[in-house]
Amino acid sequence: MSEAKKKIKNPISLQVDPALFEAASEEEKAQQVSMRESVSFMRDAMRRLRKNHIAMASLFVIVVVALIAFIVPHFYPYTYTKQDVSAQNLAPFEYSAKEQAKIDRGDSVFPHIMGTDALGRDYAIRVIYGTRISLIVGIFSALIVIVIGIIYGAISGYFGGKVDLIMMRVVDIIYSLPDVLIVILLSVAIKDWVASSKSELVSRLGAGMVSIFIVFGLLYWVSMARQVRGQILSIKEQEYVLASKAIGASPARIIRKHMIPNCVSVIIIIAAMQIPSAIFTESFLSFLGLGVSVPMPSLGSLASDARTGLRSYPYQLLFPAMAIFLIVLAFNLLGSGLRDAFDPKLRS
Amino acid sequence: MNAKFLSYLIKRLLMALLTIFLVVAITFFVMHAIPASPFSSEKAKSDAVIAALEAKYGFDKPVPVQFLNYLKNILHGDFGLSTGWVGNTVMELIIGGFSYSARIGFTAGVLALFMGVILGSLAALQRGRLLDKIIQVVTTALVSMPSFVMATILLLVFSLQLGWLPSMGNQRGGLILPIISLSLYPMAYTTRLQRSSMLDVLGQDYIRTARAKGVKNSRVIFKHALKNTLTPVITYAGPMMAYILTGSMVVENIFSVPGLGRLFTNSMLRTDYMMIMGVTIFLATMIILMNFIGDILYKVVDPRIDLS
Repeated sequence: MSEAKKKIKNPISLQVDPALFEAASEEEKAQQVSMRESVSFMRDAMRRLRKNHIAMASLFVIVVVALIAFIVPHFYPYTYTKQDVSAQNLAPFEYSAKEQAKIDRGDSVFPHIMGTDALGRDYAIRVIYGTRISLIVGIFSALIVIVIGIIYGAISGYFGGKVDLIMMRVVDIIYSLPDVLIVILLSVAIKDWVASSKSELVSRLGAGMVSIFIVFGLLYWVSMARQVRGQILSIKEQEYVLASKAIGASPARIIRKHMIPNCVSVIIIIAAMQIPSAIFTESFLSFLGLGVSVPMPSLGSLASDARTGLRSYPYQLLFPAMAIFLIVLAFNLLGSGLRDAFDPKLRS
Repeated sequence: MNAKFLSYLIKRLLMALLTIFLVVAITFFVMHAIPASPFSSEKAKSDAVIAALEAKYGFDKPVPVQFLNYLKNILHGDFGLSTGWVGNTVMELIIGGFSYSARIGFTAGVLALFMGVILGSLAALQRGRLLDKIIQVVTTALVSMPSFVMATILLLVFSLQLGWLPSMGNQRGGLILPIISLSLYPMAYTTRLQRSSMLDVLGQDYIRTARAKGVKNSRVIFKHALKNTLTPVITYAGPMMAYILTGSMVVENIFSVPGLGRLFTNSMLRTDYMMIMGVTIFLATMIILMNFIGDILYKVVDPRIDLS
């Protein structure tokens, strides 16, 4: 050691100083440990989302509504089909003469929280079922869009060239087809087929729902496909991808560390935007009488039925209207919260 | 009009025509996949009567022949005969209904764009202040409300409860409520688009330059900023058309306006296939053409956009 130090006194000596190549001491190693743990993209985005109070409140509303819609029907004393001719068009918390007599005898009768409809069915449970339909439509459409959109977009972006050109022309054409009109057309066309269908699921869903899902599968995924393709195309060309290739990153690492995180934001944003628009379409069709088949209620068909007694029983319109407004509003606000949290370009 | 623009125009036009053709094909084949004849579900008729009716409406020929005939007739503006409103051609009924729908739809669209641009610009200029917050809350609420909810609530409040406006479309002033209920959603959407686009433009360097030169605030906004903020709004014209035309189906039903939307829903009730096909194709063509015009205008107003 001392010998080496002596030699280095000659500054232009080319002799290598072995002291520089000694293993680092524990103390030196400790200096290299980063004080803050590295934050992944997902965790970073989630942290930003958690800070967004409006988005978190919307998420809370959605969770509560979903819990009510899927759990309450299991132990609710009324069903959406049970008619009671003696209890038609009751106001909220009003009891029919028969029920009142029962109460006077000392029995307990579960109140009609939202009253009853023209056929004497408990309105609250019908609104809950309608909400359930809306949520199912929204979530399934998002799933359909995610699966088809990602596969189509990824293939188009990955292969590029002629394949990409043809696939994107198809997307352009589908994009300009008026989707609501095609849903209507299809639901008119398959009405008889659905009514006579042996599959219990199909006949319970009704022509409108079946055609909504068909059209989602055929048409709605195009914006997802476009975005995913665009992301993959542009990420392929990015300098940081080149840089990580240059320092020897494997393709698996590039896909894992660069492609997926960059696509995830687009996928989450578009899927979240898809949900309210699907709920809109379903309620619109149900309102026109093309949605779920009776007696299954949907928020749209409830609002449509409420029109006949609008003057006398306006609350029959207001309950489903409020439910659909609340759901769509919550999804819209959550969607824009997700966009703010996941869009790296908007990061301030 | 340079060559590049012209080639874009032609390409885009061909796309639009192809899409219209596809809509016609989809409509035709979907409707012909239905096993039931339009006459079988009605009151019991003898087989001979049904056969005669099918021959009259051309339903007895093979499907591809029918398709070619249908295409040829459409090009002449002939959508066939209505089976639900006997004695009328589909085209007559469409034109009759469209005169109402066009009036409502056009007014609603213009109102939505006009108000949307004004409110959106105001919100952007007042960014963070009370007015901006009010506009943001209201537009967020409005874009979360389906057209039928909006229309029924307006009917309930202004017509049934307050009695200010008539509930039927054929009464005096009866088109006011349908127009408002159709225009609120696109208005809210335009307001949001315009707000973000105005904020974007106001942050640009040339606006700062103009202000630094001492240009008056009103002049900066109207002369320098406004024109450049309008491009996103223009691209919304096509989707807005789609919204208004489909939205008019429920709104016309709620307010009993004898327009195209109501005709369409009635033809579904009467299983009038020729009518359903005719109206679908007509509405789809309108939407596709509006998209086409929107795209072209978009390139015309903003020459910076790459055409390739």
